[in-house]
Amino acid sequence: MTLPETTQLAGRRRARANGWAGNALRFLVIIVTTYLGLLAVTFFIGRVIPIDPVLAILGDRAPTHVVERTRELLGFNKPLYQQFYIYVRDALTGNFGTSVLTTNPVMADIRRVFPATLELATLGTIIGSLIGVPLGVLAAVKRGSIADQIVRVIGLVGYSVPIFWLALLSLLLFYARLKWVAFPGRIDIVYEYSFTPVTGLYLIDSAWQGQWDVFRDVFRHIILPAGLLGYFSLAYISRMTRSFMLNELAQEYIVAARAKGLSESRIIWVHALRNAAVPLVTVIALSYAGLLEGSVLTETVFAWPGLGLYITNSLQNADMNAVLGGTIVIGSVFIAINILSDLLYRTLDPRTRAR
Amino acid sequence: MMMHSLNKHARMLTAGAALSLLLMAGAPAFAETPADTLVEGWAIDDIITMDPGEAFELSTAEVTANTYSYLVRLDLNDTSKVVGDLAESWTVSDDGLTYTFKLKPGLKFASGNPVTAEDVAYSFERVVKLDKSPAFILTQFGLTGDNVTEKAKAADETTFVFTVDKAYAPSFVLNCLTATVGSVVDKKVVLEHVKAVTPSEEYKYDNDFGNEWLKTGYAGSGAFTMREWRANEVVVMERNDNYYGEKAPLARVIYRHMKESSGQRLALEAGDIDVARNLEPGDFDAVAKNGDLKTTSAPKGTLYYFSLNQKNQNLAKPEVAEAFKYLVDYDAIGSTLIKGIGEIHQTFLPKGVLGELDENPYKLDVAKAKELLAKAGLADGFSVTMDVRNTQPITGIAESIQQTLAQANIKMEIIPGDGKQTLTKYRARTHDIYIGQWGQDYFDPNSNAETFTVNPDNSDEGKVKTLAWRNAWDVPKEWTEQSKAALLEKDAAKRAEMYKDLQKKVLANSPFVIIFQQTEVAGYRGNLKGFKLGPSFDTNYVFNVSKE
Amino acid sequence: MSEISQPAPMSRREWLMSDRPQSRLQARLGRAYMTWRRFSANRLAVAGLGIILLLILVAVFADALAPHSPVVGNLAGARLLPPGSEGYLLGTDDQGRDILSRLLHGSRLTLLVIVLVAIIAAPIGLLVGAVSGYAGGWVDAVLMRITDIFFAFPKLVLALAFVAAMGPGIQNAIIAIAITSWPPYARIARAETLTVRNSDYIAAVRLMGASPFRIVLRHVMPMCVSSLIVRVTLDMAGIILTAAGLGFLGLGAQPPLPEWGAMIAAGRRFILDQWWVATMPGIAILVVSLGFNLLGDGLRDALDPRESGK
Repeated sequence: MTLPETTQLAGRRRARANGWAGNALRFLVIIVTTYLGLLAVTFFIGRVIPIDPVLAILGDRAPTHVVERTRELLGFNKPLYQQFYIYVRDALTGNFGTSVLTTNPVMADIRRVFPATLELATLGTIIGSLIGVPLGVLAAVKRGSIADQIVRVIGLVGYSVPIFWLALLSLLLFYARLKWVAFPGRIDIVYEYSFTPVTGLYLIDSAWQGQWDVFRDVFRHIILPAGLLGYFSLAYISRMTRSFMLNELAQEYIVAARAKGLSESRIIWVHALRNAAVPLVTVIALSYAGLLEGSVLTETVFAWPGLGLYITNSLQNADMNAVLGGTIVIGSVFIAINILSDLLYRTLDPRTRAR
Repeated sequence: MMMHSLNKHARMLTAGAALSLLLMAGAPAFAETPADTLVEGWAIDDIITMDPGEAFELSTAEVTANTYSYLVRLDLNDTSKVVGDLAESWTVSDDGLTYTFKLKPGLKFASGNPVTAEDVAYSFERVVKLDKSPAFILTQFGLTGDNVTEKAKAADETTFVFTVDKAYAPSFVLNCLTATVGSVVDKKVVLEHVKAVTPSEEYKYDNDFGNEWLKTGYAGSGAFTMREWRANEVVVMERNDNYYGEKAPLARVIYRHMKESSGQRLALEAGDIDVARNLEPGDFDAVAKNGDLKTTSAPKGTLYYFSLNQKNQNLAKPEVAEAFKYLVDYDAIGSTLIKGIGEIHQTFLPKGVLGELDENPYKLDVAKAKELLAKAGLADGFSVTMDVRNTQPITGIAESIQQTLAQANIKMEIIPGDGKQTLTKYRARTHDIYIGQWGQDYFDPNSNAETFTVNPDNSDEGKVKTLAWRNAWDVPKEWTEQSKAALLEKDAAKRAEMYKDLQKKVLANSPFVIIFQQTEVAGYRGNLKGFKLGPSFDTNYVFNVSKE
Repeated sequence: MSEISQPAPMSRREWLMSDRPQSRLQARLGRAYMTWRRFSANRLAVAGLGIILLLILVAVFADALAPHSPVVGNLAGARLLPPGSEGYLLGTDDQGRDILSRLLHGSRLTLLVIVLVAIIAAPIGLLVGAVSGYAGGWVDAVLMRITDIFFAFPKLVLALAFVAAMGPGIQNAIIAIAITSWPPYARIARAETLTVRNSDYIAAVRLMGASPFRIVLRHVMPMCVSSLIVRVTLDMAGIILTAAGLGFLGLGAQPPLPEWGAMIAAGRRFILDQWWVATMPGIAILVVSLGFNLLGDGLRDALDPRESGK
């Protein structure tokens, strides 16, 4: 898992920020250029890829004359610039075409698979924050102690362990040996036809409909992958929390508060943490974005029918429509989360609020 | 104070953890699939369409076979014969050109519509006019878009007449009609879903014969209906209560996409699935030893081979081709990598097909191979590449061959890729060595004989792109002639002899190193009754399966 | 202070720790010594350094250390043996190859990936950042826009797509990782450039008539190198994990190369009965990337105590 790299982006934008209009324009430019970049790169990859896209449509055993006729029908014999033009035009009108793998419109596929990734990443982030923040605070408060060292090692191992390997071993332990969790996938086949998801977030849907047996089944499926993702986000969040808290605890207002005789717990949990919470929101948001992307490997191991698995499958089958659609959705989420965390920072930070 | 508040937090955390543990611990340790549902774990990522006129994939073949009816089916008791499915009887005219089929009375589609000869004729028409991948199985009998309505025609409500262009061996014609492309679709239902198309040079018709809808839709009359297919996820079939034959005991069959053998085994052991379909040797062994589980297996018509591109100057030398046949550790591969899932087999007709030849003369013999290489002037060896698709057991076999070739100083580099990647290269004839599998297109010896021994035009522009062509192998003219003559031989015994002779020739002198024939295996839970694998991928029927 | 007219003879340590260095060399060495003292006080960081040194030694002497061939196995006689079997300390894999030998040789691939990615990505980032920061204006805007695009791109997905397009293999995996990892370096180089751009030193060089090309190449870029090196060290664990991830998905090193991620992928098939095939290479990856993380962590603390923990 790689760390979200966008902290500096947020910082740079903050420094340059001059008013809402300027921001809006900047964001617009970012969105537009990023999208064009996405389109260009995916188009390039789709054309360079050494897989005949027609084969992806027709399968392995199609006779040659059928292959050649299909190639002409689909416009793969047109000049490249024309193909690119068609590609961009369609994408801009929200038409990502049809997935050759599933034969559905790509947007319909994404609407179906995205909630799975969203649910997984969200639960992962919740687990990561609920455990990571207290651990980080503990490490900062007891700086240099054994507890600090332990938190540090937990975090560093989180940065160092190959997620797919940990996923495999935990599946072996918790599913195969202990039988605590359910089989890879989102839901037992038994419930697949008695349960109608509304939002696509199965935990919420089943709880909302009061189907607690379904809820329990869904929970048994999601808890292991979400727990793993949670561990990775915990590694990042606890480190950052520790560092922010150290910063705050060294501030003068803490000294003043102590002088006033405020209780230590009040100082830590109310005063220091509230101020540390401002940059922390950005950190959590970025780790959330990181999980959305980083779930590619986890989804592969857990056969989790989300966006990561969808993209990997499509890539392997040269289903470039689907790859483009999926990549653009992930890119959009990245941008959206960046903007959101930026706005949150602005709203929460007393210094920027005052201005 | 500080510790106190930290403890409070710690308490909350432990409480949360305990809650989740409770939730998990309360769950049953053993899951079970519903009593009226069969759940199979199976790699179904090859499915790209459910239209029987278009589909040509192995997984689709099984689904189509269970959800559609044909005129005739392969006789499972004797695979060299066929039995009637929709057809009650059939006759062949004396000149061998006209086949007349009489349909059984009172047949219905799943929709409730009656099955008529008109539906059969329409099914043939759409296959020929759409001209998708499997269409050649019908068009090889002289059908074209212009003549199909004449040559495949409803004489009356229950009589269908099929006219072929040459006096083929009737076994050949009937065998071809057992392929899934011969599925009969519900004309009324399909017509409701046709999409208008602008006719063009490549496609002369004004509608798509329901092709787009049938990719995920269903209009058949089989024992099951196809309710849903979600790519790389699931195929769901449900009992067809309008089926003319004996009703299936199970209400629902679910194929769940699972790629990994170990995952399938785990799920099978845990009871999350009833059948595991892609077990590898180690897992198959483990399932066989488990008292709650059973196993079954059946040889399939699929051969695993590697072939030498004759455009490569080193590989084009006959001694080199022969040397390669001595540089495969057949015994070790047979006892480890394909144990239980394949049998060493070196001739091009698989077991179970008319004309099979059970001869495996080659063994690993490095000294002999070195001798042959020296004769070819390559005693110091050479470098070569092999395109390998990323699936087992192919990768494992390629790695083993890489090691044995090295013993004769041949340095082989593995170029791995997705199936479609390696195939793209193979079709373009830009590989050195290709390793892969070949499955029969239909259950008749001609399918393999043609691809291994026919290559009328070896130029890059050649139109008949058989495996021989893909490897740029200029097949001796007499062999090609012999292969074609066998097609018209009415005496089955004579026909078989002709194929045996051809196989001996190819075995001794060809760029194909055939290694083994696939055995399809499955592990299933002990409470299943009637679960069997058929002799071909389109005879793996599930309509006899029940649960105790 | 002025009372001390003759400096007393100093021990080597005192000379290094002197707060009044007599020469530039002494100042530099002194700073390095302080850094080292801070670094070596951190036991975890020293452990990290030890792991990395061990990795390098193993890579250098793999041929001598490995008891078997890493690529040729004994399919018929020694397939999937458990750890501790006669002659196979860590067991064998599905081709009958010795896992220990494969791990030892795999360390070379790991080092190769890290070094090549660093050699490719750091100069790209340096060049883009330095040019961008020095030129300013629309050049800066365009280059930074491109950098932003690569930032907003999902990294792993981009690497996946790239390898899928160029064909799987260790070279392409290295290029893909390099392509996705240069943007942060460009950011850092740009920030450094902005601080030195208006310095008197650069102004003097400019007055002497140096071309902008020469200024960037000879005077700006060298100023950015040190901060880049720290950053690259910190990224190495991430590079190892990404390479292993690509290997796991079958897009990295190809058989028979003993790449650790690919070894996990191969062992995945046997995880139920032969757990060691997938477990051993995972431990190797964990240990090595943990080593880099401990080292990087300690380095950062030592170089900038204020930043510790960030």
